Amino acid sequence: MSLRTALLFAASLLCARAGAGEIPPSERRSGYDLMSRETRAMQDDDATNPGMLWVLDGETLWNRKAGAADRACSDCHGDARESMKAVAARYPAFDAALGRPVNLEQRINMCRSKRQKAPPLAFESRELLALAAYVARQSRGLPINITIDARTRPFLEAGREAFFRRQGQLNLACAQCHDDHWSGKLAGSPITQAHPTGYPLYRLEWQGLGSLERRLRGCLTGVRAESYPYGAPELVNLELYLMWRANGMRMETPAVRP
Amino acid sequence: MSLLAGNAFAADSIPASLTGAKGDPARGRAIVANRQVGLCLLCHSGPFPEERFQGNLAPDLTSVGARYSEGQIRQRMVDSRKVNPQTIMPAYYESEGFVRVAPAYRGKTILSAEQIEDVVAYLATLR
Ligand code: HEC
Ligand code: HEC
Repeated sequence: MSLRTALLFAASLLCARAGAGEIPPSERRSGYDLMSRETRAMQDDDATNPGMLWVLDGETLWNRKAGAADRACSDCHGDARESMKAVAARYPAFDAALGRPVNLEQRINMCRSKRQKAPPLAFESRELLALAAYVARQSRGLPINITIDARTRPFLEAGREAFFRRQGQLNLACAQCHDDHWSGKLAGSPITQAHPTGYPLYRLEWQGLGSLERRLRGCLTGVRAESYPYGAPELVNLELYLMWRANGMRMETPAVRP
Repeated sequence: MSLLAGNAFAADSIPASLTGAKGDPARGRAIVANRQVGLCLLCHSGPFPEERFQGNLAPDLTSVGARYSEGQIRQRMVDSRKVNPQTIMPAYYESEGFVRVAPAYRGKTILSAEQIEDVVAYLATLR
């Protein structure tokens, strides 16, 4: 380990020690564990899980030809149940051409423009959420598996730095709620440890499916901080850090949350 | 009543009203109970039977007026970091020194001086 990474590592430990600290692996909990029995039952049964409507739409879109190339996702990737297995569990992943990590939605859009010669789908559009939910569904039950190497480490560190930074008019860091107070309640809501195990997921409050970035923008707005546009590098860095922090936890897509 | 609770360190109390006048406890109660204005019940609970969802990240506000003087309450409202640098309680009367504040709130305090005085007057009645 170089002196610089050693210092960064020491600094991150100090950061973590300042509050209650980063959550030890044995104490990690999915948001699922903090939900009511009814909401858990809704997630568990495909017949009642509203997210399955998006997954079914996604399957249709997967097989539908699109763009000037007149090709479907399945023309290149075949059966998603085989080819997309465990894929979402390792996103955000490094893209060599861009020289930075991209999230699953961005990867889908890159395939659209490069391989299908179709215009990119808007973030949070029904189609993009459906495709992302269908792909991520193929990781359900599999462990999150982010590997960090020399190329991705700086982005992970940037995400971690953002997680521990106090920000906004309320001057709160993500870690102050999600590491230090996850067992508490903010107004009536259990806070959770912010493990992104189930995205895109159906949120009762949204009455619809939404991406991890939508959730992050919500928390940023909550502390009255300036938000970032969808797809912004800062959001993807945070996603990378959160997924890495949840390494080994099981994917739940499409999850349900209050 | 506050002589006992009054710790001697400098930043524990702001004795003088921010406006020079006394606040209105009824308006103060409304501010504390309002999730968009005071935000207090996100973290605190208190004597608000009509409010179903209250937080549990901070001490209950019932009887806070018996534990602290008005000056001590004012200090905690204005900038609680002076009492506890690690606190998660927002500084309600500070507008500078924050990071990445959303444009709508930039350069502004969470509550005005009048609102702080209303809240102080209300909390002082909780004993
Ligand atoms: C003041 C407290 C607070 C802060 C600060 C905060 N959050 Fe949250 N966050 C919550 C609460 C409460 C929930 C869950 C309840 C809900 O759905 O509203 C939540 C939910 C989440 C979830 C969803 C977890 C799941 O199970 O799906 C993620 C991810 C998350 N937050 C990340 C972040 C990040 C990243 C930051 C900083 C940019 C942040 N939060 C800042 C309170 C906070
Ligand atoms: C994000 C969390 C949060 C919010 C919002 C918040 N507080 Fe607090 N407050 C705390 C915490 C935590 C403490 C305990 C002392 C500490 O840790 O600094 C505290 C302490 C206090 C105290 C001292 C009470 C004691 O027993 O020590 C008063 C008075 C108080 N808060 C009033 C308010 C009022 C009034 C509001 C809204 C206008 C408010 N707080 C909003 C977190 C919060």
